[in-house]
Amino acid sequence: MTAEYSAGSRLEKIFKSGQKALTGECGPPRGCDVDHFKHKASFLKGNVDAVNVTDNQTAVVRFCSMAASKILLEMGVEPVMQMVTRDMNRIGLQSNILGAAALGIKNLLCLTGDHQSFGDHPQAKNVHDMDSVMLAHTVKTMRDEGKMVSGTELQGRPQIFIGAAANPFADPQEFRVIRMGKKIAAGVQFIQTQCIYNMERFRKFMEMANDMGLTEKCYIMAGITPLKSVGMANYMKKFVPGLDVPDSYITRLKGVPKDKVAAEGIKIAVEQIHECLAMKGIAGIHLMAIEWEERVPEIVEAAGLLPRPVVD
Amino acid sequence: MVIGEAKPVAEILEMIKDFKKVVVAGCKGCVTVCNAGGEKEVAILASELRIARKAAGNDLETLEYTCERQCDPEYIEPLDDLVKDAEAIVSIACSVGPQYCTARYPFVPVFPGLNTMSIGGALEHGVWKEFCQACGSCIIGDFGGLCPITRCAKQLLNGPCGGSSEGLCEVGKGSIPCIWQLIYDRMKNLGQLHKMQEVKLYKNWSTSRDGGLRTTIREELKQ
Repeated sequence: MTAEYSAGSRLEKIFKSGQKALTGECGPPRGCDVDHFKHKASFLKGNVDAVNVTDNQTAVVRFCSMAASKILLEMGVEPVMQMVTRDMNRIGLQSNILGAAALGIKNLLCLTGDHQSFGDHPQAKNVHDMDSVMLAHTVKTMRDEGKMVSGTELQGRPQIFIGAAANPFADPQEFRVIRMGKKIAAGVQFIQTQCIYNMERFRKFMEMANDMGLTEKCYIMAGITPLKSVGMANYMKKFVPGLDVPDSYITRLKGVPKDKVAAEGIKIAVEQIHECLAMKGIAGIHLMAIEWEERVPEIVEAAGLLPRPVVD
Repeated sequence: MVIGEAKPVAEILEMIKDFKKVVVAGCKGCVTVCNAGGEKEVAILASELRIARKAAGNDLETLEYTCERQCDPEYIEPLDDLVKDAEAIVSIACSVGPQYCTARYPFVPVFPGLNTMSIGGALEHGVWKEFCQACGSCIIGDFGGLCPITRCAKQLLNGPCGGSSEGLCEVGKGSIPCIWQLIYDRMKNLGQLHKMQEVKLYKNWSTSRDGGLRTTIREELKQ
């Protein structure tokens, strides 16, 4: 990978400096309570390199990721703006890519998004004019060739560092890495994985990624979500497709007094972070402390990931 | 074929509540094959409507007829004699039928008696599934002969997404096979797995309903 920057975001610079990056996540609220959003984000500031802003995650309406990303910028926090293809066609998506770049947003995570049947508006119409792979290709074409999907020339190219997600735990297992490879071929420069609990399966995924040379072409961040409770662990195991939380973690959470469960969950997360960082090809950690932002400083501290790197 | 499903009788009763005499019109095409709108269903629906209205103390008279098809103007014509004596029409053809009736009888209210569900086929007796969304530009040749536009909940052309688990789609609570798993298995059988590594780019939706109402013209057949 060259030292030249495609977007010059802090995240891109950290990757290119060879240091392990750390991203967090902050979901906008189901309303326009800016103070609440800023309060949650304040726990991430300085403790992670950039913060993902979800785009109506699980198809639940929240205030939009572009506005939330702009608020983060104003707070001095670098956003990774998530964008899903579920709700907009190529006209809307390209317009938002340009708008985001115009606001100074430099990292974009290209996603297809959760199906609306899981959200709070199951009667909604979905769009799916594009999928996540095409969205990544669109951003790359706009940035590198100065053209829209239609071929129309752009006046001003969006300087965007292109990300996407990968789920190493879905099926068919042997195709997961190949699909990640397709995203990379389409223009994706960094990957954040789905929450990892099954370390063995993730290890195999990374071995395949290394063998295919994908870790040379793209920065792969391991997704870690600390388990807050036994209930959360059971929920993840039973209801989130492809998320197999091993019984050993659940046994550990059950084996401590109730007031120590959260601390045990954090301990597990810290162990996972260390284990992932030791794997060949892992360029960083994506810490998704879902509605648990206030514990991020403690997790990051315990994992020995502070202070965060300084880049120009 | 077009798959139809009868509307609840209560819904139809509500539509025709202001009328005393209605035509119930069936179709001998697709909806006969899927047991939703043929001769037998016309008789059953007409009788259900009459019984319900009688019980409500508001008798209804029904005139029954099943057209050869309701998607050809010439086959709507035989309804003329019945319609002239009726106040409204309930068509239990696919939604093409009621619209052809509307076109022929400008002053007669027309109501749909079934819901048009999909372009599909039978899986077993009593079970029909969707196979096509009529995008107007068939691409299944690239996907092992299976349609991701219709059969993937997210219409992915670069699937499967992270919601594919043990052959099932995360949508539908375990009732829907992941088409991308099936495409994968099929490509494997055909020795074409390498083709799944290709990045598929933008689909042209202008041949789908997105491009506006579609008219298919065969010049050599036009008179």
